[in-house]
Amino acid sequence: MSDAASTFLGLSAPLWQSLGLTLRLAACTTIILGVIGLPLARWLNRTRCRLAPILETFVTLPVVLPPTVIGFYLLLAFSPQHAPGSWWRAVVGLPLAFSFTGLVIASVIYSLPFAVQPFQAALRSVPHDLLDAGAASGASPWRVFLRLHIPLAWRGLLAGLTLGFAHTLGEFGVVLMIGGSIPGVTKVASIALYDEVQRLDYAQAHGLAAVLLAVSFILLFLVTLLQRRAR
Amino acid sequence: MLTFARRFAFFLATAAALAAADRVSVAAAANLVYALDALNAAFRATEPGTTVVVTTAASGNLVAQIRNGAPYDVFLSADLAYPRTLLTSGDAAAGTLTPFAVGRLVVWTMRPELDLGSVGVLMRNTAVHKVALAQPETAPYGRAAREALRKLEVWSEVQGKIVIGDSVSQAAQFVQSGNADCGFVALSLVVSPELTGKGRYLEVPLELYSPITEAAVLTTFGRENAAARRYLAFLVSPAAREIFTRFGYGIPPAGAVAPVAPPATSPAS
Repeated sequence: MSDAASTFLGLSAPLWQSLGLTLRLAACTTIILGVIGLPLARWLNRTRCRLAPILETFVTLPVVLPPTVIGFYLLLAFSPQHAPGSWWRAVVGLPLAFSFTGLVIASVIYSLPFAVQPFQAALRSVPHDLLDAGAASGASPWRVFLRLHIPLAWRGLLAGLTLGFAHTLGEFGVVLMIGGSIPGVTKVASIALYDEVQRLDYAQAHGLAAVLLAVSFILLFLVTLLQRRAR
Repeated sequence: MLTFARRFAFFLATAAALAAADRVSVAAAANLVYALDALNAAFRATEPGTTVVVTTAASGNLVAQIRNGAPYDVFLSADLAYPRTLLTSGDAAAGTLTPFAVGRLVVWTMRPELDLGSVGVLMRNTAVHKVALAQPETAPYGRAAREALRKLEVWSEVQGKIVIGDSVSQAAQFVQSGNADCGFVALSLVVSPELTGKGRYLEVPLELYSPITEAAVLTTFGRENAAARRYLAFLVSPAAREIFTRFGYGIPPAGAVAPVAPPATSPAS
């Protein structure tokens, strides 16, 4: 069969491509989650601002919200009929929906609580007197954060990043709403799996599902180990 | 306490009555979603007391569900291939294949400035960045769109612009939200009460794609359901044809209509 040349470990080339895309999406999302999630977690832990509970609720919403709700509102927001979408289209010339960038934005929102909540717990676990001692010895708050806080909380922080990564792998509803199933751009593994089931190709579906199951298990196992050690 | 008991007894009686009433569970292709409201209302008018429960999704998706034991009595597919798959695999009752409508493909846009002169010209328009269609591998309207684009020899140019919806309804969603500049959808969707007057459409000439013959079949699960058999027969009745025509479908030629098997009460040998 001509297909045989393009299969590896029983999975067809397009399915490997969808897996590669999913990993790339999860990696980009995780980096952004670290960059914005860490300061956000620190701020949420310390602030006395009365609006903080509202913001914290918003950050936590994706835990309970059906992903299709996020996907639906993003579909509207990305549309040229609304400000963010029309601005993007004016600058880039292409719609934000159906683009990898669009998926990254969606994934960051979708996976934010899965990173920020472990971040908050990890940062909280560092004894206050240690940080106070650091501050008393003349270090700036930023230096205390970088040199004391992060090194002492690293297991929990890594757990948060891993969980954010793993949760992005499982993204389906959001991508279904805004992705457009473009191979190599927005056709992530969960969508490819859905398509294989629709095509009744259960052999390919099994292969892909097994890979996702194994990767998710390994990542969650890692999170569990990190969190047990952090305690 | 007494009122509670009385209410509970009433509830039980109602539940029993509902269970006894005829019930048809219909799995239908996404393009049929609007016509089905009118169709089921007409069916219930001829059969008071019959409940019709509808699930709509992409045809391929419904086939996967039925093959895995989904409890649908009747399957309304967007093409002939899917019910045939079910007949071959033994998941549909032999002799019940019923073509009932012919789908028509249109290109639909919400952009007032786009020139809708012809499909070929529209596809080559540089102002068109994204073209939505239903998954060609599993959705008949997507397959028809791909066929038309290939016949027009613009497929290779358009390929980079294509975004794929899970079903024809989702392709329509991409167009309606304005995220796709235009898209290939069913005429039945754009002339529906919900979408009529929104955007503009251009019908894809029939010679550019093989006929999308929408066909129904009784599932093995629904084989014994007499109401489901009557529902199948109703799909090719004059009343149903009037509704399909009103909702933007053609009617299959007489020869294409396979006879509906007699009701389960007098089973065919």
